[in-house]
Amino acid sequence: MKVKGQAWKFGDDINTDIIISGKYKFKTLDMRELAKHAMEALDPKFSEKVKPGDILVAGKNFGCGSSREHAPRVLKELGIGVIIAKSFARIFYRNAVNVGLPVVESPEASARISEGDQVEVDLEKGLIRNLTKGETYSFKPIPPALMEILREGGLVEYLRKAGDYKL
Amino acid sequence: MGLTLAEKILSEALGRRVEAGDLIVVNVDLVMAHDGTAPLAIKSFREMGGERVKHPERVVFVIDHIAPSSSEDVSKLHKLMRDFASEQGIENFYDVGEGVCHQLLAERHVEPGMIVVGGDSHTCMHGALGAFATGVGSTEVAAVLKTGKIWFKVPETLKIQVEGSLPPMVTPKDVILHIIGEVKADGATYKAVEYGGETVRQMSVEGRLTLSNMAVEMGGKTGLIEPDEKTLEYLKSRGRGPGKPLKGDRDAEHAETLNFDVSRLEPQVAAPPTVDNVKPVSEVEGLEIDQVFLGSCTNARLEDRRLAASILKGRKIHPRVRMLVVPASRTVYLQALREGLVEVFLEAGCVLCNPGCGVCVGGHQGVPAPGEVVLSTSNRNFVGRMGCPEADIYLASPATAAVSALTGKITNPAGWKP
Repeated sequence: MKVKGQAWKFGDDINTDIIISGKYKFKTLDMRELAKHAMEALDPKFSEKVKPGDILVAGKNFGCGSSREHAPRVLKELGIGVIIAKSFARIFYRNAVNVGLPVVESPEASARISEGDQVEVDLEKGLIRNLTKGETYSFKPIPPALMEILREGGLVEYLRKAGDYKL
Repeated sequence: MGLTLAEKILSEALGRRVEAGDLIVVNVDLVMAHDGTAPLAIKSFREMGGERVKHPERVVFVIDHIAPSSSEDVSKLHKLMRDFASEQGIENFYDVGEGVCHQLLAERHVEPGMIVVGGDSHTCMHGALGAFATGVGSTEVAAVLKTGKIWFKVPETLKIQVEGSLPPMVTPKDVILHIIGEVKADGATYKAVEYGGETVRQMSVEGRLTLSNMAVEMGGKTGLIEPDEKTLEYLKSRGRGPGKPLKGDRDAEHAETLNFDVSRLEPQVAAPPTVDNVKPVSEVEGLEIDQVFLGSCTNARLEDRRLAASILKGRKIHPRVRMLVVPASRTVYLQALREGLVEVFLEAGCVLCNPGCGVCVGGHQGVPAPGEVVLSTSNRNFVGRMGCPEADIYLASPATAAVSALTGKITNPAGWKP
């Protein structure tokens, strides 16, 4: 799986209340509606500016806080192709894989990539190419068992087809 | 090499020895979802071709986040849960007003040695009873409903040893805030936290639940405490058996061990906008507050009520301050009523709400105005957490909350004379 797009930079400890405020999640299951509020605490126009295929690049502990799956879901709804971070909060990491949104841990890429850089990520090879800066960063590839869930587009499709875990 | 408590529980559940780093698929003993996460779980369950829930008797549904409903949209989601529970024979269904999900699980369902997952990050609280308990997302809840199982990477353990007697007016909440201030928001990511030491052994089960509840605020997968006589007594007094009380081996290998001496600990406060931004209360003393919240899965139990009521008894809260008191469950509410605590709160000028999570998550209750300052006994102070991004939330203990409600500003309860 390869993902290519423009980078949007965020800092450390971006929590789930920032990604999608808890006050919206009770109102609807319509992710298109919820996605309009994604990241609005930091940038009210984020959902309008971001384009399908774009890439989020963040610091440490991305997605900390609540277990709300609405957080990775709204980012996926906006078309985010992959999230690169120095590190992730574990529930967010699981949720992202479960909804079919690739997540990559790379302290180097997190530090080097600037907002607006064109970036290409090869998930199987564990390589990130910064096309703007002409740099390459490597990361520990996503474990094969999780990669299978990602390839199916998430846990719903995976279990719909397989019926049970095949780990 | 011996096994940690986390490795022990998972090994016991699987019937074979597993160690940190192993990828396992394990049967789930208890799966919980509430009105913030169950509707999406039901949707995912249908989408993954789910027809019958594998083990309806292991499922607990709770309506607590927007309870009672504030709008037609929310009511539709609540109805979706009721209809699904009825269709699938889910009998452990707690409707509006029964309590906060985690409290209900602790009071009625969790036993030592269980594998517990919940569609809520604070599910880690049940580690205090010696269960391997962790928060997951809605689709993962759906997968458990369908398969009865979940995959885990067996976690390494961050051992936290706490020694020393707590000074007067210093509570388990101050201990855990202090620990989080040191470990930081990501210090335990992917790891199980295990609390031990004399201070923890001396602590009541209610206090231990407060410690374990906040393990996720350092990134922890669960917040374990070895079950002891107090744990078994807590269970017995609620008509439950001992489960499988396990202990970690003496020669177990921990990723790291941190030692804390709390014998001279000052009451602590987490200043906005992160839970790890912790300071001694004296550093923020005098800051004017507009609202106090005594509630949440962290601090809405009986001991918290008793402590706050002992401070408020015969007094009035500051005229500028609104104080919202929300009990953790119907059981806690009734006991507070019997002990006369409800009267104390009402006479002091507090507002009593029904059990639930509304104030903590800013869904429909107690939303502050821009520029206001809230002092809360809950577990998160993130921007917008209580529904208003321009309000500041400080986290503290029930003692600090009650004393500060009287003075109208953040006040150190340690120097406060009844």
